[in-house]
Amino acid sequence: MQKIKVEHLTKVFGPHPEQALRLLDAGRDNAHIRKTGHAVGIADVSFDVGEGELLVIMGLSGSGKSTLLRCLNLLNVPSRGSIFVDGEDVTRYDRERLLDFRRRKISMVFQHFALFPHRSVADNAAYGLEVQDVAPDERRARAVEALELVGLKGWEDARPDQLSGGMQQRVGLARALAVKSDILLMDEAFSALDPLIRRDMQQELASLQRRMRKTIVFITHDLDEALQIGDRIVLMKDGRVVQIGTPEEILNRPADAYVERFVENVDMSRVLTARSVMGRAREVAHPQDGPRTVLRKMTEGSDTSMLVVERDHTLVGAVTLDALDAAVREGRQNIAGLILRDAPSLDPDTPLADIINLMAGWPYRLPVVDERRRLLGVVTRPRVINALAQSRTDAPAEPAERSANA
Amino acid sequence: MIPVIPKLPLAHGIDVALDWLTAHISFVTKAFSHFISILIDGLVHGLLWLPPWLLIAAVALLAWRAAGWRVALGSLLGLLLLWNLRLWPATVETFTLVLISTLIAVAIGLPLGILAALSTRASRVVMPVLDFMQTMPAFVYLIPAIPFFGLGAVSASVATVIFATPPTIRLTALGIRQVPKDLIEAADAFGSTRRQKLFKVQLPMAVPTLMAGVNQTIMLSLSMVVIAAMIGAGGLGGVVWRAIQRLEPGKGFEAGIAIVILAMILDRITQRIGRSPSAKTAK
Ligand SMILES: Nc1ncnc2c1ncn2[C@@H]1O[C@H](COP(=O)(O)OP(=O)(O)OP(=O)(O)O)[C@@H](O)[C@H]1O
Ligand SMILES: [Mg+2]
Repeated sequence: MQKIKVEHLTKVFGPHPEQALRLLDAGRDNAHIRKTGHAVGIADVSFDVGEGELLVIMGLSGSGKSTLLRCLNLLNVPSRGSIFVDGEDVTRYDRERLLDFRRRKISMVFQHFALFPHRSVADNAAYGLEVQDVAPDERRARAVEALELVGLKGWEDARPDQLSGGMQQRVGLARALAVKSDILLMDEAFSALDPLIRRDMQQELASLQRRMRKTIVFITHDLDEALQIGDRIVLMKDGRVVQIGTPEEILNRPADAYVERFVENVDMSRVLTARSVMGRAREVAHPQDGPRTVLRKMTEGSDTSMLVVERDHTLVGAVTLDALDAAVREGRQNIAGLILRDAPSLDPDTPLADIINLMAGWPYRLPVVDERRRLLGVVTRPRVINALAQSRTDAPAEPAERSANA
Repeated sequence: MIPVIPKLPLAHGIDVALDWLTAHISFVTKAFSHFISILIDGLVHGLLWLPPWLLIAAVALLAWRAAGWRVALGSLLGLLLLWNLRLWPATVETFTLVLISTLIAVAIGLPLGILAALSTRASRVVMPVLDFMQTMPAFVYLIPAIPFFGLGAVSASVATVIFATPPTIRLTALGIRQVPKDLIEAADAFGSTRRQKLFKVQLPMAVPTLMAGVNQTIMLSLSMVVIAAMIGAGGLGGVVWRAIQRLEPGKGFEAGIAIVILAMILDRITQRIGRSPSAKTAK
């Protein structure tokens, strides 16, 4: 279901926006308009965000990401276009309704935290409730609850400047969560944090997201971060949308050279997942099969192990070639006794990097299973190597220009 | 040949304007004067009715709470010296004038500073007026004050207010304008009204700067109150003024030292009040 729908949104800065809009309509480029003393923030941007979706907006510096995000809660007043939230065009709201919209429906987390230094951590977290005139007791309770959610229990009475950067941003997040808005806007919320803390925060955001089903619009200029947390990614350039798609779509089918350059240096082993490299398990064994039957299936597939599943495709484990050979010599009736039941299995979202690690200690094929342990596919060494090699050769030749967004 | 341009009748014009104002609105200013002088007299009498040691102890305690034991000790010794020099009544009078003038200056300066910070148009009107008020030599204000408010303490405090208000206005405006943009944005993003933004974010964050302005206002008041002795304001300035007329340098210095002591106590205490809370807890 759609939560936010942005239609033909344009924002120009400067003394005479109408004039700049006319130039835009005439097809002039941003550089030309800049000479007239105006700046194009975003031009003709359309996209939508589903309920509970985490949408990442990405692009180089100056591509209009912040301008776009700040239009969504009308910190920037759009020059043209509409923004529908739950079907209502918020650009047409009067003062009263705008205040109410900002208080209850949408909240924001800032790149440099923007905490109020004269207030305690709890009072910071409670700010949004305070402007809504929520009673002090309830305010405090909800602020404490939000702080607990972000792992800051016990810090309620500290001052923001007594906290580390990562903790300060947790307060920023708690302040946004305390108002229980449906929509969360995050402008490079983790960019100011060092890499380890950043990864923590990404994981925490993902888990919060799973629990609370917020609709999140998240800005970053870090592709790895975008791929890590985004359900979909909007790629921007010069105020315009270049491509919208899932992380895999962006990686596998970059819309143009700009997107390609963006994705070329991605560490593919973090981006690719079991789902994207797995193959179909053409041959599988069942616990009641005889060792000979299984061996025959195996020689067709020319492999050293075989996955064992129940009739409903629930994974049981694996049997190895050596064990099967021995069982034939001993004259066993079925393979039930040979199954390695604690053989490792993969989640579809396991990144390639983790798979490679696993493979170092497990020479056989790896099953990919869903949450009910039903077999979805298999990952084999050749497939992993292939996927990595593919991603290398797909990348364009010249390696320049990525430093611009670092 | 340079044509001789007759002198513009600026002085005459101002005199005429002031005469007209005196004739038509002095009944208002006289009433105001009456009210303020009752206030000043009441306060002076009240403070003098208390035993000096009690007041001295109270000031030392306040200094200790606000600025630590050094300032407290200094205040204690300084005030005891004043008492010993028989300057206690004059000190109380001067202090009262400073207090009243500062209160009026802050009552006027704070709203004007807020206005100047929030509206560029207001700031464009207010700032040149402040320049004028501050660069005009202080005693020029004394002359017109007399026809409106009569000789004495009230004229002195009116001239003092005019002279001492600008720093409060300026630094209030500066403090508010200095609030980082992303904090203002955060306040907006959570749906604050303008009033909420002002009282919950802008003013609290401007407090240290604003208090620096109040501190300056107090210091300027003190210096002006001394000058104002020329129109009969009394107090320590009066003692100095009499010493000048009678050529008694020793007496003049005694009163001068008393003014310095009073200035230092007021300065140290008010300087600390504006510090941010985190700076206070840190020590
Ligand atoms: N308040 C403003 N006044 C004038 N021009 C502006 C303003 N805000 C943004 N711009 C212009 O709009 C364009 C887009 O800026 P924006 O801040 O949205 O980029 P961004 O993608 O967020 O960049 P960054 O990654 O550096 O944060 C830039 O050319 C910028 O100069
Ligand atoms: Mg930005």
